[in-house]
Amino acid sequence: MADVNRGNRPLSPFMIGTYYRPQMTSISSIMVRITGIATLGTAFLVVCWLLAAATSPDAFAVVDGLLRSFVGDILMLCATWAIWYHMLGRLRHVIWDLGYLVELDVSQKMGWGMFIGATVLTIITVLVV
Amino acid sequence: MRFLTDRKRAQGLGSGRTGTHHHWKMMISSAVLVVLVPLFVFTFGTALGRDYETVLAFFARPFPAILTALTAVVVILHCKSEADEAIIDYVHGTPGKLLIVAVGALSYTLIAAALFALVKLAL
Repeated sequence: MADVNRGNRPLSPFMIGTYYRPQMTSISSIMVRITGIATLGTAFLVVCWLLAAATSPDAFAVVDGLLRSFVGDILMLCATWAIWYHMLGRLRHVIWDLGYLVELDVSQKMGWGMFIGATVLTIITVLVV
Repeated sequence: MRFLTDRKRAQGLGSGRTGTHHHWKMMISSAVLVVLVPLFVFTFGTALGRDYETVLAFFARPFPAILTALTAVVVILHCKSEADEAIIDYVHGTPGKLLIVAVGALSYTLIAAALFALVKLAL
């Protein structure tokens, strides 16, 4: 009996496109998900680099050369922004979950704070590292 | 009722019965990210760009090795949950199930590879 309506259930509306006006709350939330999945890609690159370092000087030279090439620099810059953004976005989830700052205008300000904060943290990272 | 926490009252509800647990796990790893990510970004950033011998010596030290191992486990599992959630939302049926298995395989392989590499670098 559990299969009576399988596959024909109502779906929740997709939050972007023609159905829903883009807003700071929705866009900043979608970006948390995108940056989270992108960080899995970053993890792949970092693990390849660690494995290469653990394997041999030649392997390290190849992977290290790729990560430090122009394309690699751009990738690592995006990856850095993504992981900072994801961290801030997840911090916002924790703050919300504890019951604070759930008002609409404050949530929108936090959305701006995540975009600006991640950019500032990325610039600091580039300057320090 | 007043002796039960909000979480306790939500636990086990919903069609999948595990949503509250998933949410709670995400909250914990989210809080941990706020500590691990800054430490890892600046630690890894220090290592990237150095020559081979310096990198070997760097990861032979306890702090970078332990921090990188912790980050590999916590961040990869966190991102796995993040990807699982997206798959559950947008990919249905058999492709969705296979995709969840694939993401799990990739995540656990990455964790195992990271730990192996770190052990080899540290010893």
